[in-house]
Amino acid sequence: MDKRNKEYWNSNLKIVSVLLIIWFLVSFGFGILFSDFLDQIKIGGFKLGFWFAQQGSIYIFVILIFVYVYLMQKLDKKISQEEDSDQ
Amino acid sequence: MSVQLLTYLFVGLSFALYIGIAIWSKAQSTNDFYVAGKGVHPVANGMATAADWMSAASFLSMAGLIAFLGKDGSVYLMGWTGGYVLLALLLAPYLRKFGKFTVPDFIGERYYSSFARKVAVLCLIFISFTYIAGQMRGVGIVFSRFLEVDIETGVIVGMAIVFFYAVLGGMKGITYTQVAQYCVLIFAYLVPAIFISILMTGNAIPQIGFGSTLVDSSTFLLDKLDQVTLELGFTEYTKNVKSNIDIFCITAALMFGTAGLPHVIVRFFTVPSVGDARKSAGYALIFIALLYTTAPAVSAFARMNLIDSIQDQSYSTAPKWFKNWEEIGLIAWQDKNDDGAIRYSSGNALEGTKPKYSENRGKHGERLLENNPNQDNSNEVYIDRDIIVLANPEIAQLPGWVIALVAAGGLAAALSTAAGLLLVISSSISHDLLKKTYMPHITERLELKYARISAAIAIGIAGVFGIYPPAFVAQVVAFAFGLAAATFFPALFLGIFYKRLNKEGAIAGMLGGLIFTATYIIYFKFINPSLNVEEYWLMSISPEGIGSIGMLINFVLAITISSLTKQPPKEVYDMVDMIRKPS
Repeated sequence: MDKRNKEYWNSNLKIVSVLLIIWFLVSFGFGILFSDFLDQIKIGGFKLGFWFAQQGSIYIFVILIFVYVYLMQKLDKKISQEEDSDQ
Repeated sequence: MSVQLLTYLFVGLSFALYIGIAIWSKAQSTNDFYVAGKGVHPVANGMATAADWMSAASFLSMAGLIAFLGKDGSVYLMGWTGGYVLLALLLAPYLRKFGKFTVPDFIGERYYSSFARKVAVLCLIFISFTYIAGQMRGVGIVFSRFLEVDIETGVIVGMAIVFFYAVLGGMKGITYTQVAQYCVLIFAYLVPAIFISILMTGNAIPQIGFGSTLVDSSTFLLDKLDQVTLELGFTEYTKNVKSNIDIFCITAALMFGTAGLPHVIVRFFTVPSVGDARKSAGYALIFIALLYTTAPAVSAFARMNLIDSIQDQSYSTAPKWFKNWEEIGLIAWQDKNDDGAIRYSSGNALEGTKPKYSENRGKHGERLLENNPNQDNSNEVYIDRDIIVLANPEIAQLPGWVIALVAAGGLAAALSTAAGLLLVISSSISHDLLKKTYMPHITERLELKYARISAAIAIGIAGVFGIYPPAFVAQVVAFAFGLAAATFFPALFLGIFYKRLNKEGAIAGMLGGLIFTATYIIYFKFINPSLNVEEYWLMSISPEGIGSIGMLINFVLAITISSLTKQPPKEVYDMVDMIRKPS
């Protein structure tokens, strides 16, 4: 039982870390630190760095939360199935 | 129908709706009053969170701020949305599993200390009142411009409405009125944005129109804006002025501050399960993103329109909105070169930050000023940034009903946030201070009564702030986020992810973060404002961004002191194990 909780927690930490790396990359990375560099690329009327800072990062934030919801639901299901098969 | 009549109609109808909902959803128990009986559907909670979160500042001020800041304004866009990712991944599901009523509740129990609980209540009250002052100012501006009543009357009407549904309905009443308020405010924000996007770029989606070419031209809107701003002596619209490290720190302080704001966190206590708390954060961010991705488009449209419609116009033929807002005192014009035409360019037009109007009129009918003109530049126009969203439909010459709609939307944004803040203040007093600390034996009925009384008193104080706004409202906003980031976020995050953290560590961390951040902001904003420039800042970080350094100090202190003092008791380990499991 304790072992399973530990496994659950470690998978949780892995999911959260990967998603937060993306979170950091699109906002602090593309939107701030590498923003001027990305501005050399233009998509329509937007410079890419400017687009990430004022639009793109927000869209990706929304996607990240829903990916998290989906992955955690899957993880919850897996754990509860394993628990059921024990009994 | 005149614009004013339409405004009365829209505002009246929306107020009637809020009161109707309040009567329908009266709170019966403390569980209803604090957390809406934990029965709110995740989509409804997402909408309520969005309305709770998007304040008068988001609705009225943010697009205006970005219009003048250009790319530097991105800190608000990323900062005030990115925090939801942290909230969803690191805090909301676990705090929902904990399953109590307030944020100080968690801190008090996790750190087995009533002192920690009291520190948390103190931070919470300070942060929340700071915020409310801004909401009441928003209510005052809308009332005085569109309904032509005194600011005092406006604030009192606003207070009466909030009083009705917050005191009667508690969290339950607030939640369902916030759902209605979200619908009103998002409709009111999107309609003029879509209109203006079509007028300027021919594209009905502002998020795309923003990156399109101008109507009847092959020039992109943003390229044109870069060119015009450069010609007038500003930095190009799509370039940063602030240093990268400052932008980094401000964005971080706003993100972590958002994730640590008690009135937002407590919304996730109202849904039925842990899974719902996760989903609800996602829905909330969708509803917020709808406004936050539209806002920068509105900013760019407004900046362009503003320059087009006043630059080199003679004052006597200036558009009507220019004179309307001059009468309210949020626009001023000083004819420096005495040619009767409006010249707008970079730099402060006046000496001193705000215009002081004299009783006299100039030869073109403009209001004369007591300020000396600032002769360092040729700019003749003072524009308060707060008016951009309200004035935008007028500047773009949209129909009267759109203008009326924006007024109702601004009120919805201000009232929904004020109500959410009042609730966390009243529940932290009745629940954390009275029930959990000083009067542990009171019955639930009595606790509910005290919750209602403290809500009523808090509304009264908020009203006083609205009528006599402290001169430092704008400055203290930095405070609210900086403090939330430097106190609550580390205490909550470590409380869940680091079992070994004990009460000594947590208290030292919170106090360290609090004292460092508060001292830095007070020094530069109040004691020595003349030194508030980059060369005197610590590592060129402005007071707006210093909360992120305060947060690091909190983390370091908390972990170091914990490892030097004794372990938390076994019950705390068990409690953390319990909140880490979803069901």
